[in-house]
Amino acid sequence: MTDKMHVKLNVNGEDHEFLAEPRELLIYALREKLNLTGPHVGCETTHCGACTVTLDGKSVKSCTVFVAQANGAEITTIEGIGNPDNLHVLQEAFREHHGLQCGFCTPGMITRATKLLEENPNPTEEDVRFGMAGNICRCTGYQNIVKSVLAAASELNGAKEAAQ
Amino acid sequence: MNDLTPDRDERVANLKGMGCSRKRVEDVRFTQGKGNYVDDVKLPGMLHSDFVRSPYAHARIKSINIDAAMALDGVVAVLTAKDLEPLGLHWMPTLAGDKQMVLADGKVLFQGQEVAFVVAKDRYIAADAVELVEVEYEELPVIVDPFKSLESDVVLREDLDPTADGAHGPRKHHNHIFTWEVGDEKATNEVLDEAEVVAEDMFYYHRTHPCPLETCGSVASMDKVNGKLTLWGTFQAPHVVRTVASLLSGIEEHNIRVISPDIGGGFGNKVGVYPGYVCSIVASIVTGKPVKWIEDRMENLMSTAFARDYWMKGKISATKEGKITSVHCHVTADHGAFDACADPTKFPAGFMNICTGSYDIPVAYLGVDGVYTNKAPGGVSYRCSFRVTEAVYFIERMIEVLAIELNMDPAELRRINFIKKEQFPYKAALGWEYDSGDYHTAWDKALKAVDYDGLRAEQAQRVEDFKAGKTRKLMGIGLSFFTEIVGAGPVKNCDILGMGMFDSCEIRIHPTGSAIARLGTISQGQGHATTFAQILASEIGISADSITIEEGDTDTAPYGLGTYGSRSTPVAGAATAMAGRKIRAKAQMIAAYLLEVHDDDVEFDVDRFVVKGAPERFKTMKEIAYAAYNQAIPGVEPGLEAVSYYDPPNMTYPFGAYVCVMDIDVDTGVPDIRRFYALDDCGTRINPMVIEGQVHGGLTEALAVALGQEIAYDDMGNVKTGTLMDFFLPTAWETPNYETDYTVTPSPHHPIGAKGVGESPHVGGVPCFSNAVNDAFKAFGLRHTQMPHDHWRIWKTANGLGLHD
Ligand code: FES
Ligand code: FES
Repeated sequence: MTDKMHVKLNVNGEDHEFLAEPRELLIYALREKLNLTGPHVGCETTHCGACTVTLDGKSVKSCTVFVAQANGAEITTIEGIGNPDNLHVLQEAFREHHGLQCGFCTPGMITRATKLLEENPNPTEEDVRFGMAGNICRCTGYQNIVKSVLAAASELNGAKEAAQ
Repeated sequence: MNDLTPDRDERVANLKGMGCSRKRVEDVRFTQGKGNYVDDVKLPGMLHSDFVRSPYAHARIKSINIDAAMALDGVVAVLTAKDLEPLGLHWMPTLAGDKQMVLADGKVLFQGQEVAFVVAKDRYIAADAVELVEVEYEELPVIVDPFKSLESDVVLREDLDPTADGAHGPRKHHNHIFTWEVGDEKATNEVLDEAEVVAEDMFYYHRTHPCPLETCGSVASMDKVNGKLTLWGTFQAPHVVRTVASLLSGIEEHNIRVISPDIGGGFGNKVGVYPGYVCSIVASIVTGKPVKWIEDRMENLMSTAFARDYWMKGKISATKEGKITSVHCHVTADHGAFDACADPTKFPAGFMNICTGSYDIPVAYLGVDGVYTNKAPGGVSYRCSFRVTEAVYFIERMIEVLAIELNMDPAELRRINFIKKEQFPYKAALGWEYDSGDYHTAWDKALKAVDYDGLRAEQAQRVEDFKAGKTRKLMGIGLSFFTEIVGAGPVKNCDILGMGMFDSCEIRIHPTGSAIARLGTISQGQGHATTFAQILASEIGISADSITIEEGDTDTAPYGLGTYGSRSTPVAGAATAMAGRKIRAKAQMIAAYLLEVHDDDVEFDVDRFVVKGAPERFKTMKEIAYAAYNQAIPGVEPGLEAVSYYDPPNMTYPFGAYVCVMDIDVDTGVPDIRRFYALDDCGTRINPMVIEGQVHGGLTEALAVALGQEIAYDDMGNVKTGTLMDFFLPTAWETPNYETDYTVTPSPHHPIGAKGVGESPHVGGVPCFSNAVNDAFKAFGLRHTQMPHDHWRIWKTANGLGLHD
């Protein structure tokens, strides 16, 4: 077995340091070492998006990144997006518009959607469908997910305008 | 007390009872990543596991050498059939009355079959050790075609006595499993022989897979000190798992606790009992430590729970005017290596005998032959009630082919053959008694909503334009009208492994007027915690927000048969209403006592009992609950609890009318779904928002199945679609928006009139998408083309019709 590597990560604002095998996947480290079980495993082949996290400002499927590659990175998982007292607009919107059923895809969906709305604060329906196409949902048929994301976009924009 | 009460409308709104689009209580956890799925379960000292699986579809096992694997640091155990044999666990019974190898016993019968079970300190070590287990195989001839299987000298199941009956009667050949016949074949053939018009065709409903986003898994923890086994897992039927685990292991049932935590989608995949569950239990018993088994996606697609794989040969007869006179259906059912279909015992082909559909057909016959092949076992109801998708696909394609034969509009052909409203309850030729329906109203509403005549005119123009070289896109109009049969079921004819298919609900009202209700079912995304509370709120007058719904823990929940086949609302929903009514009956006595009137002089009103004729005198359910615990009432036991085990008198029969409009690019084979209209009638509607969500989801799974999703094998028995690269799951990009609509025809025998909806859109959706593809090419002479209609197959259809010339 190869020597373990020393890895430092900042996850949801907290610093972590640990040893990991070079082959260890980021999703595994997040779920098993840091107990962040929000991101899920649906395929381990980059197809489903259940494992989506934000890594240094980009949406990334954490099943296809070695934790060693992420050394030094800043990572946000669903656990860092909102908290019970202060939910993210997207978290509210998914509930409001029935954008989830079994909930297994939801952490990845919402994590991806936060980035999508940063990249494009005024998406059309088509933009949302294209921008979320890396995240598979088996339950909802997407219609209400798209609705949720669009609703969150207009709410965020409304809040921005109000602030100006 | 009793001052300044909110008005009645406000009280109804506060209740959040049946009929309102209550937001889901589950979502608060799920949107924050705080779900608790089986892979999230972590116990101190827990070990991990992985399977050695067969690369061959049919081979004899010459030897298994585990030495190198055991020598690897961190490996705790490697189990093979030899280790399980002394416990009698190297084989296990299937839900269909057959038996199945837990670990390969002498031979393997499908690619991906479980050969050895490695237990190690972490997943990586387990995976390394899998590579180190040396298995020597001797290849045997592979059969992947059920028709060839029935003619082959190759014996697939050497463990079975070829002369003995199977679980469902005589076997005709060593690779034959059963013949199941319903209806009157002789009478049907007589009508067919004399008929004015007969249409026939062979429809292949390809093999596919439910593929929920979460794969299957379990965590077993045997506590040797107190003798208790706790098993977490992806179980759609936790109580059944407990009973089966007890029968298999010999551990008494009270010492087994089965917990279904949150489940990441099921769709039928999580009904069966899989070798992984059994091995995790054995490994925990052997090692004395908790053992987790989680399957990966490839294992999920290759080895657990396929669906469909039915070759359906049909004949339908009619008068020249289009009145259907008979239907004849023969199915060759490919069940793979073991008959592990999840059907009620007396129905080896599920409810395939609903294949007369929504039509008044006087005589019919269905014969089904189950066959062994070198494919994975399964045969689950993928988002449908026991083979109903197959049945509806069959009749809805049959109708389209008959319409071509008659040169008649398929919408009109359906209309003149529908069972009429006044014929319900309707006794169908293949035995079922349909509870209620109003098909004509639904159909007319659907056709009007989409301007059916306008669509046909547009389509005719498109064909002209195509022929004139003005466009390369054809237009298909897909129709389907389906009748589902859900809510298994009356215990008198529906059981699984002898366990009657009732369901249950237990309610406790707390002294301060909130409540907990526990059910024998388990949600996999359907939102039971939300909707069952709504049923109860309406029944007992306590706000849904003050009711906790719990399912999935066999130590606390009452026994039930679980969630599949859209049975939760029809069966457990009914149990909930009935238990609620028991609560209400006792509450009435208490209210009358408190109000100092006779029991009959009070009546229930939203959230309280009022004195008849004097609505200002009342006791709210909160007050009644408090009194139930804290006031001595003569002749009444303290407390306010009830339990109901509900055995439904009949199934329920939801129905619906769907229309799909599709543009197909003849040169690329890419279909573009321009419009999809879905009208569902699921009886009384509990939560319209949840219903709509179920319809969207079911339609998307229907789109997947009709347009590309397939478990395909090559001649060697290799699975060609074992990853999400090849196995089609639609993304947001391919999925259209759906228009939903409804009519309401309550079930006459269900306490609240509800029928169940989760699977309807899948059942009705598949033929609708498929009919649209077929319809697009109808003007060019196409009668029928097989699913799945992926781009390549559609292109080939166009090519075969000379449209690229
Ligand atoms: S688990 Fe990472 S994309 Fe599916
Ligand atoms: S809600 Fe179940 S996979 Fe998306």
